[in-house]
Amino acid sequence: MARSFYALQEFAPAPKHFSLLPFRFTRFSEKELLVNEAGEFIFVAEGTIRKLLDGSIDVTSGLYRDLKSKQFLYDDTSSPLLDLLATKIRSKFNHIYGGTKLHIFVVTLRCEHSCHYCQVSRQTAARGEFDMSTTTADRAIELMMASPSTHLTLELQGGEPLLAFEVIRYIVPRAKKAARIRRKHLDIVVTTNLACITDEMLVFFRDEEVKVSTSLDGPAALHNMNRPRPGNDSYERAIEGIERSRSILGSKNVAALMTTTLASLDYVKEIIDEYVNRDFHSIFLRPISPYGFAVKTKHRTGYEMQQFLEFYKEGLAHILEINKRGFRLTEVYSQILLSKILTPFGTGYVDLQSPAGEAWNVLVYNYNGDVFASDESRMLAEMNDLTFRLGNVHRDTRRSLFTSPAALKMFGASCNQALAGCSDCAFQPYCGADPIYHHATQGDMYGNRPSSGFCARNMEVIKHLFSLIEQGDPIIMRIFWSWLRIQNSRNEPSECD
Amino acid sequence: MRLTTSGVSSNFSGEIVGIVTTDQVDAEFRGQRIRLLSTDESSREPDLTGYRAAISVGEFLQHPNVPFIQRLRETEHLRDGDIIAINGKTGFVRSLYRPYEHHHHMFVTERCSSNCLMCSQPPKDKDDTEALTKRNLELIDMIAPHPRYMTITGGEPTLLGDNLFALILQLKEALPDTELHILTNGRTFAWGEYARQFSTLHHPNISLGIPLYSDFAGDHDFVVQARGAFDQTVAGMHQAARNDIRVEVRVVLHKLTVPRLTKLAEYIYRNLTFVEHIALMGLEYVGYTPRNIEMLWIDPFEYQDQLETTVEYLTERGMTVSLYNHQLCVLRPSLWKYSKKSISDWKNLYLPECANCREFENCGGLFQWAVRKHSDHIRPFS
Repeated sequence: MARSFYALQEFAPAPKHFSLLPFRFTRFSEKELLVNEAGEFIFVAEGTIRKLLDGSIDVTSGLYRDLKSKQFLYDDTSSPLLDLLATKIRSKFNHIYGGTKLHIFVVTLRCEHSCHYCQVSRQTAARGEFDMSTTTADRAIELMMASPSTHLTLELQGGEPLLAFEVIRYIVPRAKKAARIRRKHLDIVVTTNLACITDEMLVFFRDEEVKVSTSLDGPAALHNMNRPRPGNDSYERAIEGIERSRSILGSKNVAALMTTTLASLDYVKEIIDEYVNRDFHSIFLRPISPYGFAVKTKHRTGYEMQQFLEFYKEGLAHILEINKRGFRLTEVYSQILLSKILTPFGTGYVDLQSPAGEAWNVLVYNYNGDVFASDESRMLAEMNDLTFRLGNVHRDTRRSLFTSPAALKMFGASCNQALAGCSDCAFQPYCGADPIYHHATQGDMYGNRPSSGFCARNMEVIKHLFSLIEQGDPIIMRIFWSWLRIQNSRNEPSECD
Repeated sequence: MRLTTSGVSSNFSGEIVGIVTTDQVDAEFRGQRIRLLSTDESSREPDLTGYRAAISVGEFLQHPNVPFIQRLRETEHLRDGDIIAINGKTGFVRSLYRPYEHHHHMFVTERCSSNCLMCSQPPKDKDDTEALTKRNLELIDMIAPHPRYMTITGGEPTLLGDNLFALILQLKEALPDTELHILTNGRTFAWGEYARQFSTLHHPNISLGIPLYSDFAGDHDFVVQARGAFDQTVAGMHQAARNDIRVEVRVVLHKLTVPRLTKLAEYIYRNLTFVEHIALMGLEYVGYTPRNIEMLWIDPFEYQDQLETTVEYLTERGMTVSLYNHQLCVLRPSLWKYSKKSISDWKNLYLPECANCREFENCGGLFQWAVRKHSDHIRPFS
């Protein structure tokens, strides 16, 4: 007995009624941009939002099908598939599951550099006074291991951590043993200016699988201006250190980060070319953090966010040109945002999360045992602002750190879904909350968006990336996707230099 | 290549499954064997004691003391080692398994909960599940050596209920190294409990091949002729993924699926990120397709733009794509590397003009039924 066939009308009738699912929107280059809770977006003609609101949209149009398929709306002809939407949103919030991954150990405050933008270093300190003690290190390792995360990253930081190499030599094997016992995967990174690195240290790092992250601000003149040290040879030492580190550790275990100073602003191409010449395949165009000494020295290194954004855009264009020529070079901040915009995955990058990544994704253990919610919180503390000190390794447990008054106050301001100026912003799902930044710059963790440098930067960068996406140049999109494929197979960028 | 033949049966009324043997074997090996005799042999009163059955194109002068079928139309397609099912009522001889082929299928039911416009194996509303399960359980025990892959197909296999689980467990027991692929519409998996129970079978190497024809529910439901199918299929894929069951998405390309193909790719990437493989398949001119050809036909040559964009979109995002049932002369050269020789050996064919083609060895060819309907752009490479 043959079965019958029925017409399309039987299966896809025009809905009598449709309802909106949550989304945000904005005007965008003579179009409208809609973004849903899972970060899916669509560009539509101007006037579409109004038609959606007053119900006059043509329910038989291709546009209606697009909007339904992307879960901007649902109707009475099929299930809204809310489970599906929930799963997509949950994937985007993956970073809040699993516990703190990044643990920064400030093994010493001592440093032989005197960078203008540095927040914390102490050049004159006597040996030992600002180093982490073994008992503090033991407790910090215990707290790190108390994180439920199965993957941990231990970042050894300073000051210049290599000045306290004995402390590093103490911590590394103990942390590795503790991770082995708890069956956790442990990555270790040392953040160093490489000025005093020796082959003995490098052999130790190679044998213990410790990676190296260093600072490279650009060509020699710029780097040395930004990073003064006795002998004015920071650049030469960094380059020599990079080459030596690569030869002993392998190139993939050596990374570099730059900081943009006022002096950098005119040299974005030269800075990028320096990275290419040194055969680095990623660069992070980073503005100065408004913390610590950087605030005090504003007359020397300060600039407006708008100037940085021009620097970033010019830099990104140059980076795309370099990629077109066949050299793979990723701009890390763009890569993080593109991942949020173009992929269904979340990212682990601490500074661009909601709920904010502080404490949930990173904890900082200071040389003296104080525990901070982020590296920036520690820098504030060096300026005698202890707002974000969660506790001390000698007194606290993971539970008491996370329920401390400092933590609870910060958590209250850490969701951009509930911040004025963010909650209805079309770019909210891609952006973060940063209570520490707003406390430092505006004296208020919640912050004021119209005058916020954090907001100005992210709005502009996200819009810039969206305009490139909207233009849809296939070559540029191919470059973007090549960055995203790399990202899925490697670790998140490290938090700080 | 031929799948069935028939003759005149005697001595039995049910179905018998057995392994074809063309040579006389020792008594101890005869239990699972069906002896295939030439005309000459059948006229010489051979000793058939202990065989499961006997078949021949010729006539048995003396009726054997075992079930037998004589006067078969042909036996050239049967080889030593083939596993066949013979029917005592109808005299049908059906080939179930040929060890020398690359693609192995286990056909588990003709019933289906959908009624796709281009179904190559139109469903029948008759409960064959008990009979086919019995046949397939016997078949599994006879397969040796183990094949690398086995596709479980229908109809809709999950309509077997517990019988499907029994088959999978039997396969896991008898052929643990054979990778299983189940072709299902995925709708049953929308019940979380079903997906959970399926996962507790713990087969070491099993995946689902699930068709999805649009990102828009109504369009998919129209193609599969079942209301609510899209919602169930998508939910089913998610339940499968949640239970660590591997999923492949299959899309048949035709006039109803091509227009939103790139949007379907986007939907798959965003909503079904976990799928391990996406198969984009050419239309087969068989089953229901000829009846609905006006609605379905688009020359594959005409959709190369959409196909190239879609394949690029998915591979750029790290997803694995293959093209099935496409001839190289119709595909853009950029797509050749995704084309797989996917057509089952017995269904495969080449056109006369293919004989002198330089790419003959690399091409998947055509389905045998494509002789009647295929792209107008098939040209030999010289």
